[in-house]
Amino acid sequence: MNLKYVIIGNSTAAVGAVEAIRKNDTKGSIVIISKEKHHTYSRPLISYLLMGKTNEEKMKYRDDDFYIKNDCVLKLGRTAEKIDVDRKVVILDNGEHESYDKLLIATGSSPVVPPIKGLDSVRYKFTFTTLDDAKQLEKVLKRNARVLIAGAGLIGLKCAEGISKKKVKTICVDLAPRVLSSILDDEGSKIIENHLIKNNIELCLGRQIVEFKENIAVLDSGAEILFDVLVLAVGVRPNISLLKDAGGKTNRGIVIDERCRTSIPDIYAAGDCCESLDVSSGEIKPMALLPNAYMQGECAGMNMSGKDFVFDKAIPMNAIGLFGKHIITAGTYKGETYFEADENNYKKLFYSDNKLNGYIIIGNIEKAGIYTALIREKTPLDTLDFELICKMPGLMAFSKEERASKLGGVPA
Amino acid sequence: MKRVYVNEKWCLGCHLCEYYCAFASTNEKDMARALKDIKISPRIRIEEKDGISFAVSCRHCCEPLCVKGCITGAMTRKDGVITIDRDKCIGCYTCILSCPYGAVSPSEDGAIQKCELCIKTHGGTPKCVEGCPNGAIVFEERGE
Repeated sequence: MNLKYVIIGNSTAAVGAVEAIRKNDTKGSIVIISKEKHHTYSRPLISYLLMGKTNEEKMKYRDDDFYIKNDCVLKLGRTAEKIDVDRKVVILDNGEHESYDKLLIATGSSPVVPPIKGLDSVRYKFTFTTLDDAKQLEKVLKRNARVLIAGAGLIGLKCAEGISKKKVKTICVDLAPRVLSSILDDEGSKIIENHLIKNNIELCLGRQIVEFKENIAVLDSGAEILFDVLVLAVGVRPNISLLKDAGGKTNRGIVIDERCRTSIPDIYAAGDCCESLDVSSGEIKPMALLPNAYMQGECAGMNMSGKDFVFDKAIPMNAIGLFGKHIITAGTYKGETYFEADENNYKKLFYSDNKLNGYIIIGNIEKAGIYTALIREKTPLDTLDFELICKMPGLMAFSKEERASKLGGVPA
Repeated sequence: MKRVYVNEKWCLGCHLCEYYCAFASTNEKDMARALKDIKISPRIRIEEKDGISFAVSCRHCCEPLCVKGCITGAMTRKDGVITIDRDKCIGCYTCILSCPYGAVSPSEDGAIQKCELCIKTHGGTPKCVEGCPNGAIVFEERGE
């Protein structure tokens, strides 16, 4: 009998699942339910859209014929409201019932809207995670508009860069004393702060917005910032309610195992809505990262379609460019450090117990993936020329046998 | 499928593969003329130290982390060959973050570049292999 797969969500994890399912099962039916009405698109590209570096056509995460080729039924503009676990049915906002044999929850995350006093009084306020967010923001960005971005993390700063060509005046406020506080240390942050300031982004760090009075933000220092447009970029929160309400196990994110199974039989979850094991730190936490979302989606899809597939290599990792300066980071910043820097480049490696735990590179990011692999694979550092690889990531630092297998063998 | 395989035992460190690679992406007929006075930016790179040298280019992985992690969908694997849609790529470098071989690199126009086995330019006969004078780089079938 043919299986019926239902996927809630239409972004990275959902695509990963569809591609994996179709590797194993060309007969089963796939139904995709998504609140957004768009063809699957790349969310991180919304800042590039505002910059004019991409367009809606090029933002499509997969080709126009993706759903046809993969024989998917789309239910766009529909919200899944409830899962009836006993009857194995998803109930949609229009009352429709969608039965499933295997269900994937790939509902992503939602921007956090902080409960700041007076927020309701702000006329133009936006979050910045979806295509519709970006389009609405763009509409109100008049020349010389003063834009206040709450949050100097990945989303806030990409937004600042995205709108920079629109002749607006941008200020970012963050509670943390540094920018990109989830991925940079103090010294790395200093480099990026200077770079942002050079590119006319004003920063106000270590400060909290305590109140809004229409177009005035009041800081904890008592200072006031006058603005026309507010962007809230203080973080995202996994969308867990659907599974939680169905009685599934959740913490900060949906709890999944290394096969992307939830605590409810035949229900899987993948992507930003989940929490997972960070193998670089041993901690379980939400890691809202696109590559992990794809690989979890793929893992879920494989297991849903009858294979035994494990994804247990998730680590935090980010590649971000800001005004031409590139940053690549991965893993956890603990242990001893190797450090080098000049006026344009910065590199710090963190290691302990014969393992590389994490790294931060700003500037010359070439071959950074070799470091990422050491973290992901927990490669024992005493099997390498560690001094060499610290200076210069390369295959030369591996043993002769290892090099022969990497360059002469069939790659995984 | 056929892949480029490298045996460091035979590598002379002559860097000719890099020149052939750079030449392969031009439309010129004459290599000397094509590469005269330019700084080449090849997709295959020699690593060398203490008399050891070898060339590194994309391994065209069966489970490619660059393709899976690509945020735009610009990287794809088709018939075993991993290619980049340079028009779609916005140069975020997530693939550089992901590649365990260091085989993806930035390019001057902002998109990334990598070995595509010359399928777009020379019908799938890699020029680095043709140009290697000592058989250190071969293009052959070794499984999957």
